[in-house]
Amino acid sequence: MKLLQIHEPGETPLPHEDERGAAVGIDLGTTNTVVAVATNQTAEVLRDAAGRALLPSIVAYGDTVRVGEMARHELLDRPETVISSIKRLMGRGAGDLRMLAGTLPYELAPPADGGMVRLRIGGRVLSPVEISAEILRAAKARAEAALGRDVDRAVITVPAYFDDAARTATRDAARLAGLEVLRLVNEPTAAALAYGLDREAEGTYAVYDLGGGTFDFSLLRLEKGVFQVLATGGDASLGGDDFDHALADRFLAERGTVIDSNQAKLALALARLAKECLTTQDPWSGILDLDGKPSKHAIDRATFEAMIEPHVDRTVEICRGVLDDAGVDPSELKGLVLVGGSTRVPLVRRKIAGLIGKEPLSDIDPDEVVAVGAALQAEALTSGSDTLLLDVTPLSLGLETMGGLVEKIIERNTPIPVGKAQEFTTYQDGQTAMMIHVVQGEREMVDQCRSLARFELRGIPPMTAGAARIRVSFAVDADGLLTVSARENTTGIESRVEVKPSYGLSDDEMAQMLRESIDNARDDMERRLLAEAKVEARRGIAAVRSALAADSDLLSETERAEVDAAIAAVEATLSGKDRDAINAAAEALEHATRPFAERRMDRGIRAALAGQRVDQFDD
Amino acid sequence: MTQATPLSDNASDGTTAAVRPGACWLCRGPLDARALFCATCHAVQPPAPIDHFARLELPVRFDVDSAELDRRYFALQRQLHPDRFATRTARERAISQSQAVALNAAYEILKDPLSRAEYMLRLNGVDVNPDGCNTVRDPSLLMEQMERREALAEAETPDAVHAIIAAAQKDLDEGFAATAVAFLAKDLERAECEITRLKYLTKLLEEARIRRARLGGSAAR
Repeated sequence: MKLLQIHEPGETPLPHEDERGAAVGIDLGTTNTVVAVATNQTAEVLRDAAGRALLPSIVAYGDTVRVGEMARHELLDRPETVISSIKRLMGRGAGDLRMLAGTLPYELAPPADGGMVRLRIGGRVLSPVEISAEILRAAKARAEAALGRDVDRAVITVPAYFDDAARTATRDAARLAGLEVLRLVNEPTAAALAYGLDREAEGTYAVYDLGGGTFDFSLLRLEKGVFQVLATGGDASLGGDDFDHALADRFLAERGTVIDSNQAKLALALARLAKECLTTQDPWSGILDLDGKPSKHAIDRATFEAMIEPHVDRTVEICRGVLDDAGVDPSELKGLVLVGGSTRVPLVRRKIAGLIGKEPLSDIDPDEVVAVGAALQAEALTSGSDTLLLDVTPLSLGLETMGGLVEKIIERNTPIPVGKAQEFTTYQDGQTAMMIHVVQGEREMVDQCRSLARFELRGIPPMTAGAARIRVSFAVDADGLLTVSARENTTGIESRVEVKPSYGLSDDEMAQMLRESIDNARDDMERRLLAEAKVEARRGIAAVRSALAADSDLLSETERAEVDAAIAAVEATLSGKDRDAINAAAEALEHATRPFAERRMDRGIRAALAGQRVDQFDD
Repeated sequence: MTQATPLSDNASDGTTAAVRPGACWLCRGPLDARALFCATCHAVQPPAPIDHFARLELPVRFDVDSAELDRRYFALQRQLHPDRFATRTARERAISQSQAVALNAAYEILKDPLSRAEYMLRLNGVDVNPDGCNTVRDPSLLMEQMERREALAEAETPDAVHAIIAAAQKDLDEGFAATAVAFLAKDLERAECEITRLKYLTKLLEEARIRRARLGGSAAR
């Protein structure tokens, strides 16, 4: 017999890692994407052949699909094939889009069912999910090249303030790119993890994360490897892009010309350059060349700061609100970590220093710190760790009730995972159906919150108004994703839906995209199911071995031989790739051990009756 | 077709009512009623139907040391959080999530003294009105609260609001001390009265803080 390994509860051996590809951390940013990997709690940012860590989140749809620097080069020659800042459109509808001088910097196609935005790029019609998947594929390829092995799992970061639709869209994009999402981790939490582990920090910290398109502010308590988010807030459409828009608007007004979406892209590119230069240089001047008609533009830093000040003030206002929510005074903060390229803007640093009364921390590269944290968490999830991330829901979740009012079920800043239920009733005699409308947001009226999903609970038996008992349950998992179910309690009729965001993909669309994706999705799915079957089978064997070690005297020699043979049969299938054979052998093992399990239960009950194993009822 | 009509607040108080068999779901051997993990095969077990105090391994009493509460909560989440089970079987992942949900529910209720006090009343079989609006049996309480509200409405400077906040905070702290005494003496009626007053004070404090923020006072409490 093999030696028995003894493990602490919850620390049974992890599945055979060598069968799986590497697990990485990916910061899928509005402007840049960064991929990192961690070994032994040390993270390394993975670079391209030229040594660049930042993969520009730009995709060019020419004859082939190009991502990153190569796509950026296409911008000047063939702007109609190039798309950037796609993250701002994740999980959004056409009504959420922003104009530049009356023009969008992309061409819209009619939205699909469900209202998700579709873009027309280089003769194709694409959803933000598909475009993001291209960026993730490029990140995956970069990691595989750097590591020299397959990469099939990732922790992907999202803005803490991303709503359910945007989170689901991100998860779908990863699936399309052939990546299993180990966890969606909030960007400020990932940054805190990178900072805290590096410095063994303790106390209350703030993370100010101003990226290209999103703003997050989170307060965390750090204590002996625990990263507890106290409160979070933000704006999912506020970022450095807004600074670019302000500058581009000014340049275009100075030219006084009407533009199309391609010219809008060029104007934004110049604005971005101006913004970056103004960090170290004052004043700046440059030339905007549209259709062979160059125009010269000049701006000094003071003017630029006056233009963006309302945006920066808005971030400070959000910070104050979050501090207030958590009941934390700025003077109590041990430090404030700056994250995101837009925190390089001098005005941002001055305003933040003014808020907290001390200089913010930025000694880990603000462009890389999120990916570093994601990589550390990917390692923790796959190889085990003492670190604990306790995150919260950024936005309240609720239901529409009579009069278009929102009844909140889960308040913002509730620790996740969380499950809550509330009972509702009918308000008309004989009412047999109820519309369940799930919304997310802080406002009291439904039309001011984001609509996440609608579904109907049907088949309520006709009763007088107020007699039915309809229990609606909300569950948010550790990825921040919501599931809602409803059940009529007097009859037990149940209608369960995983919330499909209003601006998301339907199951059919997802299946279609997977079929069309360049990765062989079917193989991918089969590989995942096989891995899962092996995990289950190994767990089953480990359980039987533990039981044998405790109670093997309950079996005769023949019976023991049968069980051992059944274990050997499962093990024989584990080296192969036949999922059905693994499942069948595991089932046979379960069958073979049934009498053994019954005898163990009998022994347990006898022991309890004899007073040798009395449960502790100490209340 | 009509919209949902709310019936009761927060029908779930986190005490899972699932019946728990005395056998491990994985190795099918005998299992202690409150075990988090099977002693034989170490498989994580579904949350037991126990109260929030028992869930966090604390005695049922109003005086809770918040550092101790955090310590227990962190120690249990370290063992049970879904992050510990990311590469395990689907069943183990689901069970760990339900354990973490139960822990979070217990922590959220016990962390806040007002919700903890109400929960203790419920544990003792006292039906707590969720809105606390029609439980006022004490006219002097009503009068006191009206006066405070008027004072808040008339406060025009951050300092004036701050004075109202400081007074309410002091009364709140004293009220919690009185609540603790009432629970120790098992005087539930007294505790209920204190809690009603504390609810009014808490609401007033919230509004006062919003007003102070609007008047441009300090951001924090």
